[in-house]
Amino acid sequence: MALAPIARQRRSAELSLGLLVVIIAVGGYILVALANGPALPPGLSALLAWVFGLYLVAHLAIRRFTPNADATLLPLAALLNGIGFVTIARLDQAATRPTHLARVQSLWVAIGIGVFVLTLAFVRDVRVFERYRYTVAAIGLGALLLPLAPSIGRTINGGRLWVAIGSLTFEPSEIAKVLLVAFFAAYLVDKRELLTQGRVRVGRHYLPSPRDLGPLLLAWGIALMVLGYEQDVGTSLLFFGVFAAMLYIATRRGWYLVGTFVLLAIGSVFAYHAFGHVQVRVETWLNPWKTRQGTGYQIIQAQYAFGSGGIGGTGLGLGSPNLVPNAATDFVMAAIGEELGLVGTIGIIAAFMLLVGSAFRIAADATRPFAKLFAAGIATILGFQTFLIVGGVTRVIPLTGITLPFVSYGGSSLVANFALLAILLRISDDTARVAAPAQ
Amino acid sequence: MNIGIRRVGAAIMVLFIGLVAQLTYLQVVHSSKLADDPHNTRQFLKVIRQPRGPIVTADGTVLAQSVPTDDEFRYQRVYTPATASLFSQVVGYQSIQFGSVGVEASESSELAGLDPRLAVHGIRQIIAGQPVTGTVVLTMSNKAQAAAAAALNGRRGSVVVLDVHTGGIVAMYSNPTFDPKPLASHNVKEAQLALALLTASTDQPLLARAWREIYPPGSTFKTVTAATALDYGVDLTKKFPNLKELALPLTTNTLENFGGEHCGGSLEDGYVLSCNTIYGQVGLDLGDRLATGIEQFGVNTKAPPSDLNPSVVRSIGPDQGTFRVDAPLFAQAAIGQGPVAVTPLEMALVAESVATGGVMLRPYVVDRIEDPTGRVVLQTAPKVWRRAMTPATAATLTQYMIQVVQRGTGTAAQIPGVQVAGKTGTAETGTNAPPHAWFIAFAPAENPQYAVAVLVENGGTSGADAEATGGRVAAPVAAQVLRALLGT
Repeated sequence: MALAPIARQRRSAELSLGLLVVIIAVGGYILVALANGPALPPGLSALLAWVFGLYLVAHLAIRRFTPNADATLLPLAALLNGIGFVTIARLDQAATRPTHLARVQSLWVAIGIGVFVLTLAFVRDVRVFERYRYTVAAIGLGALLLPLAPSIGRTINGGRLWVAIGSLTFEPSEIAKVLLVAFFAAYLVDKRELLTQGRVRVGRHYLPSPRDLGPLLLAWGIALMVLGYEQDVGTSLLFFGVFAAMLYIATRRGWYLVGTFVLLAIGSVFAYHAFGHVQVRVETWLNPWKTRQGTGYQIIQAQYAFGSGGIGGTGLGLGSPNLVPNAATDFVMAAIGEELGLVGTIGIIAAFMLLVGSAFRIAADATRPFAKLFAAGIATILGFQTFLIVGGVTRVIPLTGITLPFVSYGGSSLVANFALLAILLRISDDTARVAAPAQ
Repeated sequence: MNIGIRRVGAAIMVLFIGLVAQLTYLQVVHSSKLADDPHNTRQFLKVIRQPRGPIVTADGTVLAQSVPTDDEFRYQRVYTPATASLFSQVVGYQSIQFGSVGVEASESSELAGLDPRLAVHGIRQIIAGQPVTGTVVLTMSNKAQAAAAAALNGRRGSVVVLDVHTGGIVAMYSNPTFDPKPLASHNVKEAQLALALLTASTDQPLLARAWREIYPPGSTFKTVTAATALDYGVDLTKKFPNLKELALPLTTNTLENFGGEHCGGSLEDGYVLSCNTIYGQVGLDLGDRLATGIEQFGVNTKAPPSDLNPSVVRSIGPDQGTFRVDAPLFAQAAIGQGPVAVTPLEMALVAESVATGGVMLRPYVVDRIEDPTGRVVLQTAPKVWRRAMTPATAATLTQYMIQVVQRGTGTAAQIPGVQVAGKTGTAETGTNAPPHAWFIAFAPAENPQYAVAVLVENGGTSGADAEATGGRVAAPVAAQVLRALLGT
């Protein structure tokens, strides 16, 4: 298959960056084992083949389906995923009772790559989301509501946001995330003019008619209501932030932002008084030391982990990252902070900045409004989710239980984020093809 | 839409920079404060993950050692079952939850090889890839400790044996004791349950009675009173009247002799036959000088310095300058009752001071630290704690104490072929419970090697009556331990 010069250049960069990522991930894995004694971890060559093989599959799929797409997205996602995997393997080793999170995670990475390839293969044109926007919205809301279903819904750590089929548990809100962002992009592109100009005159101002805003507010309201009921503060805030950002991007009307912040403020005050779990979160954030052995324990342990890590970290395998509860999922940043230090945490933040920055650039470069808004929504969701959980773990903001994209242990999150990645690549490829037509 | 995209993108980047700022604060600015927070167990875990050297007795019995494990703590501290309970109060334990106590705590960095002196000696081991650990050799002997436990025979009480040449602790055992194994367990539930049971037990097995609990010493304290009187130059020819009870000033209470007997005579007679009316009068005669005298022995002063963990508790007595208002207390203090309460270790030090010619030595349990090749990197040097009395007074008291064992209240402490010097005590507890039985001694009297203090709480409790005196109950224990040590 002959590739355009830009495609060839981008794909070879992607492949060589990938080799670097594989070296970092496998090197980290070896370091974890070496901390225990002078013996290489068992099954190292199998792991190497698995990691490199998965990267190669993703790379070849990009070559086949979106050859002109951005070269940095896959290596950055793989780097984050690789460091996450090493951290999870490390936590397995530290666990008092044997766990096999790393093995499960490696399977989920494979499934994530599978979904990634399928998304690339079947979503040949992102406008499919635009065309079937209401179907997409319905599926998205259905996914959100799924954990409330009586027999398959599961409550884990106080939040009813899980679905269990057999021994397999899944967080459908992660899938809803992709679909609802798609719906909002489609809807906002459609009603952009009306929302910007307004049809109802109030004094000197034109306001959008309730009919135009209605479906938007409805979907928004349902999403937030369901999440309030499911006690998932993190996802609620995430949706809120992403929708506000997309509304602003689509209309560039400042008062929409003001309006959303007012809504957010009212919602926060209401949630604080109505839900005990929100109160606990805020109080734990303000003074975790008051409940040192109770609700404050986790966040204090995370602060200790960051402090003990210092600038250079204790070194992989040499700290005690398992002292922080949920270190593999929500608190993965604390585990990284302890053993890899500030160097590691800033590395992770830098990788996210590059990834999110690339996504925003793809949005800015895209030609079609829907693709633009969709890409911007995805960029916002990746960036804001990262801020929410890292900010929560480092006590910048109250803790909201949510995963760190690509890094945390967890299948649903990985699968959803790989799907988002595939959509970004598809949009990037479209833009590049229009700009430089294939020879 | 690009302006909006750029602005939102810029806003997200600002949020990220906020995260970098906070991470820098946590990991650089505030880092050491978080790392050193006493509730942050990471430093402790770092120590616990290091292999530790063994703890060994002076006669070569390994009491504790580190065994590699598969769990996250890497090493399990194992206490040799045969000696675990025998030494647990001194050796302590290393727990992943409650921290370390005992020698495990006081010698933690030496055991883990973190002491710089070990590092200097251990460069060859470091190069060879072997962990540098320190071996802690105790002054205590397994033989003496086992003899002490056997002699107490399950009765609540303490036995302390000191080496009078160095002040080193040769045996220090108290009943009841505990098994350190479940406390050192890496199984959180098992360790918590074990600690809860030990803490809840009314017998207080975690209490190291020998140096962490104070008791009225009874007549053994007449040694301190006599020494004070002798040092102040009392008239040795003075005869005290033959009395059944001594009238006390400022009160209608009296001081009675043991068993309501009549006794009187010289200071020596009062000591040998343990006559309370004589010593009560001596206390009244000394007045505030008795308060000074007991301070010479380290009572009512700071507790003796030592390497014991937890540290030795203070022994107490009447305060300086209170004789004018509390004279009766001085009569009681002179016979080891009333305001006086001391540790068994303190009474062993009193016996030691007579044996050494008047000085009390700093008690210690760690004799030396060795590196893995057996080279000594640290040897504890004996230190004088304080001078308790003049050599002349010590010589006089030695004669008194020999008389006690030869013809007085302590004949049960006699050992064939060895001259034992001792003093009995039967201390009222102030409750209806039987009195505490005491005996302090040193032997051989002419060339002292060991000083001993024995306390049997409430005379051995059940079945104990007025006959459960120090001479009957505690003196045989001392004899049994001394025989084991002197090989007779």
